[in-house]
Amino acid sequence: MTDVLKRVPVREQDPKVRATNFDEVCLGYNKEEAVEEAQRCLTCKNAKCITGCPVNINIPAFIAQVKEGNFEEAYKIIGESSALPAVCGRVCPQESQCEGKCIRGIKGDAVSIGKLERFVADWAKENGIKPVPAAEKNGHKIAVIGSGPAGLTCAGDLAKLGYDVTIFEALHKAGGVLSYGIPEFRLPKDKVVAEEIENVKSLGVKIETNVIIGKSVTIDELMQEEGYEAVFIGSGAGLPMFMGIPGENANGVFSANEFLTRNNLMKSFREDYDTPIAHGKKVAVVGGGNVAMDAARTALRLGAEVHVIYRRSEAELPARAEEVHHAKEEGIIFDLLTNPVEILTDEKDWVTGIRCVRMELGEPDASGRRRPVEVP
Amino acid sequence: MYKILKAETLAANIFRMEVEAPRVAKHCLPGQFVIVKMDEVGERIPLTICDYDREKGTITIVFMPIGESTQKLKSLQAGDSFMDFVGPLGKPSEFCSEDIEELKKKRIVFVAGGVGTAPVYPQLKWLHEHGITADAIVGAKTKDLVILEKEMSAVSNLYITTDDGSYVRKGMGTDVLRDLVQNQGKQYDVCVAIGPMIMMKFVCLLTKELGIPTIVSMNPIMVDGTGMCGACRLTVGNEVKFACVDGPEFDGHLINFDEAMKRQQMYKTEEGRALLRFQEGSTHHGGCGQCGGDK
Repeated sequence: MTDVLKRVPVREQDPKVRATNFDEVCLGYNKEEAVEEAQRCLTCKNAKCITGCPVNINIPAFIAQVKEGNFEEAYKIIGESSALPAVCGRVCPQESQCEGKCIRGIKGDAVSIGKLERFVADWAKENGIKPVPAAEKNGHKIAVIGSGPAGLTCAGDLAKLGYDVTIFEALHKAGGVLSYGIPEFRLPKDKVVAEEIENVKSLGVKIETNVIIGKSVTIDELMQEEGYEAVFIGSGAGLPMFMGIPGENANGVFSANEFLTRNNLMKSFREDYDTPIAHGKKVAVVGGGNVAMDAARTALRLGAEVHVIYRRSEAELPARAEEVHHAKEEGIIFDLLTNPVEILTDEKDWVTGIRCVRMELGEPDASGRRRPVEVP
Repeated sequence: MYKILKAETLAANIFRMEVEAPRVAKHCLPGQFVIVKMDEVGERIPLTICDYDREKGTITIVFMPIGESTQKLKSLQAGDSFMDFVGPLGKPSEFCSEDIEELKKKRIVFVAGGVGTAPVYPQLKWLHEHGITADAIVGAKTKDLVILEKEMSAVSNLYITTDDGSYVRKGMGTDVLRDLVQNQGKQYDVCVAIGPMIMMKFVCLLTKELGIPTIVSMNPIMVDGTGMCGACRLTVGNEVKFACVDGPEFDGHLINFDEAMKRQQMYKTEEGRALLRFQEGSTHHGGCGQCGGDK
């Protein structure tokens, strides 16, 4: 008899094996596992999970269909609210959104909503099921700037309403952070990202890459000369911040954006791609968020010994629990309550080390987290 | 895809291509650049805009192959296409937004080094179209590497010099500038220097001495070119700036050239190995000591 308080475990690549490859870590549920996990849903009338979902997917309704094995119906229900289920099922922070609100979670594990969403999306792809385009076009042109998750979602939703949507992307590939930021082992590019983008395109959305709005064409021109009636700006995070400590411009110091863009967008981890990546044998990653975990686990897969340096303690790590857990399993070393003060270099300005100070936690700050202070 | 309409060799190992890119051609101004990507596996390569034709919707690029990726570029012919071609990137030269009458009062000298002549040309051409003929010093290693002489002389007062004296005169661009100022009674309000970093560094040392404000165009390593990654960061005065969005043109007297030159070496070993692999092709058996070849 299975324990209803426990979620059906999801199969993963063995940590020792996956630490040496870029294949997806989580293998996802199969049909039987998905149906079994779906049984755990209480189908709450006043479903808290829906309020935890930023796009308000009717979660109990789609899970009810999974219970019955009606996966196509489940896909349609998700599709009413989300354009990117295969992506969101993988990388949304469910523990603080839908699953965080799950009633099952009060006395046991929350229902694995993310893994179920992923299963439904993957099943739909394998069975050639596509989202349904608008029956009629309304003839209104809308420009969407940026092809990241925001732009794709906006474009998908508008297209379903009948709008004629074009997405403009500055880079050579669509997907935004899904393409340049999140690594292959968490979000496969060809199998998942490209497919989701194809799904959005199948709704009639056009994507023009290599266009920098404001440089290649201006918003005024889009509206006055190219006939767009509205513009959605989903331009992304912008310039990276550095810490302002000595040695930051040394060779071997990278923003996570550069490191991840080289690896993920430019695919420098693959022999057959031209873009190089410098990674070193011993790598320090400063920070404790999801991006830090992605950078650390990427460096590990490129063959480095990796230390995550974080100034607060484990409880304050902003990364998803699953990411921290995976990182530890793979052998990432966490140097907590540690803060870098200087990057050390050799005479050619290459990084040789990093000087840190020990920290302890003081009073909570504006963010509610205990503020790290230097140990005297 | 971005079609190549014309491809030609300008000098030994310097190539010029005219590429169809209407959105770029409609908006680009002197000082800006493009990023090209040859095919699926290629690098994003920042390149100089040497000329543009708004009517035809074309951009002319000039490049000198050094690493593996630019070596591959030169194999492209008219009729071929770039997979990706994006721009205009960076800010236009400052003078493009200056009051034209004020600008006319300025005495401007350009110093171009080698393939750096290419980005200087559209600046001179723009000024010439606005009624300003500036002085331009072009320095090249040797006669065969002097490019765009005809085009340059049509829009500027051109001074050519070669390191080995094989053409016009012997010496560096800095020698000519010093001579013009100290012996020929020339006075300049602004100098624009574009070329290899080491050359721009020495021009800046000289113009500091001569008291001429100097603008340089920086060409550090870049990845996305849109301000996202910070690979191209430079120290300018006491600030960190990104060449791709804050530049590429900066006050040359504030640039930390030594740091910039060290940063440019970052991938040298890897680029060298990649080039070796590319040049040796199927005869490459691991002499690069890196790829685990069969010997």
